[in-house]
Amino acid sequence: MKRSSITRKLQLLAIAIYCAGILGACSTQTTEAEKALTAGTSSSKELPVIEAELTAPPLVPAPITRKHPAKVVVRLEVTEVVQKLADGVDYTFWTFGGSVPGKFIRIRQNDEVEFHLMNHPDSKNPHNIDLHAVTGPGGGAASTFTAPGHETVFSFKALNPGLYVYHCATAPVGMHIANGMYGLILVEPEEGLPKVDKEYYVMQGDFYTKGGFGDAGLQPFDMGKALDENPTYVVFNGSVGALNGDNALTAKTGETVRLFVGNGGPNLVSSFHVIGEIFDKVYSEGGSKTNLNVQTTLVPAGGSAITEFKADVPGTYILVDHSIFRAFNKGALGMLKVEGPEYKDIYSGQIMDKVYLPEGATIQEMPLAKAPTAPVAANKDQRLALGKAVFVQNCQACHQAEGQGIKGAFPPLAKSDYLNADVDRSIGVIAHGLEGQIKVNGELYNSTMPKLKLTDEEIANVMTFILNNWGNKGGEVTTQQVAKAKASNKH
Amino acid sequence: MARQLLIFLLLWSSSLLETAQQSGTAAMARIKSGTFVPLYGSEKEPVAVQGFQLDKYPVTNAEFLAFVKQNPQWQKSKVKRLFADQNYLRHWASDASIGAEAAKISNSPVINVSWFAAKAYCECQGKRLPTVNEWEYAALASETKPDATNDERFYQRSLEWYSQPNPQYLPPVQKSFRNYYGVFGMIGLVWEWTADFNSAMLVVDARGTGKNGEQQFCGGGSSNATDLKNYVAFMRYAFRSSLKANYTVGNLGFRCAQSTKAQVARR
Repeated sequence: MKRSSITRKLQLLAIAIYCAGILGACSTQTTEAEKALTAGTSSSKELPVIEAELTAPPLVPAPITRKHPAKVVVRLEVTEVVQKLADGVDYTFWTFGGSVPGKFIRIRQNDEVEFHLMNHPDSKNPHNIDLHAVTGPGGGAASTFTAPGHETVFSFKALNPGLYVYHCATAPVGMHIANGMYGLILVEPEEGLPKVDKEYYVMQGDFYTKGGFGDAGLQPFDMGKALDENPTYVVFNGSVGALNGDNALTAKTGETVRLFVGNGGPNLVSSFHVIGEIFDKVYSEGGSKTNLNVQTTLVPAGGSAITEFKADVPGTYILVDHSIFRAFNKGALGMLKVEGPEYKDIYSGQIMDKVYLPEGATIQEMPLAKAPTAPVAANKDQRLALGKAVFVQNCQACHQAEGQGIKGAFPPLAKSDYLNADVDRSIGVIAHGLEGQIKVNGELYNSTMPKLKLTDEEIANVMTFILNNWGNKGGEVTTQQVAKAKASNKH
Repeated sequence: MARQLLIFLLLWSSSLLETAQQSGTAAMARIKSGTFVPLYGSEKEPVAVQGFQLDKYPVTNAEFLAFVKQNPQWQKSKVKRLFADQNYLRHWASDASIGAEAAKISNSPVINVSWFAAKAYCECQGKRLPTVNEWEYAALASETKPDATNDERFYQRSLEWYSQPNPQYLPPVQKSFRNYYGVFGMIGLVWEWTADFNSAMLVVDARGTGKNGEQQFCGGGSSNATDLKNYVAFMRYAFRSSLKANYTVGNLGFRCAQSTKAQVARR
């Protein structure tokens, strides 16, 4: 007992000495962060250093006016925040800079970017960033894997001009993107973009919640829906209504408007369209080639487009994903409100509203309207009336108006011994048709009675009608009797 | 001088022994030997896990405070940067006091601790940190089953926790989810350090398929995963992969494990 206690103490002593040892060996270390910053600032001394201005959507930083490359320091902070996805619906968004989409970054071709990714200490997850504007492994993701409460730094040279998506690429990648981790970085060509009056940042994304569209509360991510690519929400700028009402984009008549359009996905491609406008110019896929006079432009997931148009006449123009159920049923709706004087030669507005009477007008029926249901007899008199109509339409041609039949061809119904002997058998004949020889009132008939397409109700009515006319035995046949007789009298 | 130091160390270690006896194995749960299929890799080969003891609760602020009082080198102002970054115990007011929040978080999991600190704590209790396999194996248990691999509701618990921001005050350890083994808070409380946290094969850019691609996680398709339903488990591996041993994180705590006597004897 005592011996083991001493052994134990010695073990702990060993641990204590070990701890003291490792503690003593670390006094001259510099931290990784310090090294990174030194490395970052020591390169490209000749370039002027500029701190990048980053903007939250739908705003974009001012156009770049300088005519020379610079060293641009971009500091982007990752936060995980609960925000509105729709009225009454909250979602935990993972963000670059606190918004979905993330902050807009604007640099110039051949700039050198020192990129700092800071992961907020309150984050639950590690994150990184893949900027499609980067030429290099992972688009920067390989250099920016950042634990909560840490900061990573790398730098890249912007070789290609264009509008590029950035996004998180930490496993599970799809989930990080589905939670809103994407944004746009614009690399302006050296000569700059043509001047316009208004520039805006619009980015589409699809969201997957456990509850259905509009189900209230803080909604968790639904992995199954994401794998099935069946989003609950498709929205511009992170929530239903982010660009509606008071948040609508604005312009004045006569102004030129440039939209930097991105699509974070993760899954859907967007058919981007502005209702009531034609894009005068589209930089397809955010590249250098322009297309003119475009109605709807395709924005791939992880891709972009720059659209430009002149706001000619006032009004509210609706931004939609023209894969239209997403717009009106899943949230992909935005607004551009254009104010200013009317130009009636371009768009008159409504001139007249009057009653329209087309020539030869008849009662119109909606093509999908249901046919009216057949009337149902409430008593014997109604049954006789309805039965007469059935007889006239279906039976009279052969059996004749007074049920007398045609000798040698169609047997008589009037005073028919065959008919009156077994009503159920007669019901079977109407329901199933009859082929072969029968004897009616002493005469042989060998012809074919076709199977009539009548409902049980119609058979009951016509049978009642026949039994109560031309000297037959009378009585009433019910629908229930027809159903039973049909089943037991198959021909 | 040397003699004084030796006496001090002996006194100190005997006090540690007391601490170790206090915590003891009473607050530990027995995890039986077994196998499980980790989610990574294309092989569906089960991995064997020897039976071991695992703390029922993550280490609390109060427990860690007792530890740093007896081991001043692990106090906020004294710890070496090599062993813990500058956020180490940043939620505490001072070296030997949690501060104003003490009443709210004494019984909550300690966070903002580095791997070195966690390792030292466990060793001074006569314990050790669990391995990744041990931790994942024990964490596969739902309330009623030791292996909830096919229970989608169980995964939903993980998803909901991962996607919610940290609460201002973590709940007391006893109030969290209790699993089949009687272990609390494996899912839904804090991330936890493991002995071999950096053994995961996740690379910094999770989408690569390099030479070791078969063992790496393609985060997007997760194409090598054996169990796609347990998609969320990727997040634990991803999280661990983002750490270095001196890092401290605001929702990363730890608990200790202990080999069974049989295991020790085998060594």
